[in-house]
Amino acid sequence: MERGDTERIEITISSRFENIELVQVIAEHLCENAGVDEDGSHWIGMAVREAVANAIKHGNKLDARKKVNATFELAGAELEIRISDEGEGFDPNNVSDPLNPQNLMKTSGRGIFYMKTFMDQVSYSFQPGGGTSLVMTKNLAKGSGIASTKA
Amino acid sequence: MKATTRTVENVEIISLQGKITIGAGDTQLREVISNSVNAGKTNILLDLSGVTTIDSSGIGELVGSYTTVTNRGGKLKLLHLPAKLNELLHVTQLITVFEVYENEREAVSSF
Repeated sequence: MERGDTERIEITISSRFENIELVQVIAEHLCENAGVDEDGSHWIGMAVREAVANAIKHGNKLDARKKVNATFELAGAELEIRISDEGEGFDPNNVSDPLNPQNLMKTSGRGIFYMKTFMDQVSYSFQPGGGTSLVMTKNLAKGSGIASTKA
Repeated sequence: MKATTRTVENVEIISLQGKITIGAGDTQLREVISNSVNAGKTNILLDLSGVTTIDSSGIGELVGSYTTVTNRGGKLKLLHLPAKLNELLHVTQLITVFEVYENEREAVSSF
């Protein structure tokens, strides 16, 4: 992809866990086509997996009649991913820190943490009539999000 | 996800293959661990070399499995951690919870 080019991909799925991989694969292929290495593409794909899983489980409450929409916009090296559901939203300030020793042995609560680890920015917006949109951005010219953890 | 089980000395070695992800391998892992513990096998070594994909739900099930086994007086340890799973455990600091081995004989003798 040449500098200045833009790419936009959109997919809408019903709220079934087996559809998560469809969206993840699109993210990984988009990144690989943009020149991101395998590891970097994998971590972005995983952030997308976590976002879609949350939209299905916590947003749409596993109601297969409700949809999850994903859009990918790549402008130069800037990737923006938007995952939207039809749920009632939540308070991002009430999300617990999985690194807090009190939460370390919890069996859930790491999805948003992984998204924030792998992406540059993660934000939420809530629609007045219901529905949550998660927006994640990543500059693909940078390395993978967790390179600093490699000792 | 597929799980195959064998016993070496007094250690139940459970080899996991495939995906441990939400709605699929995560619940299977819980059942496999539950079956072993209910059969009185509480020294468990999870061979993860065949795990191709894991997500936060799968990580959560690993934590839940550790707690289940520990609460029954046993030990759960990990063998042959794939690189990406290793990184996921590092960033969440869970690597400090699990004993991880690269050599099966060494792992078995540690129980």
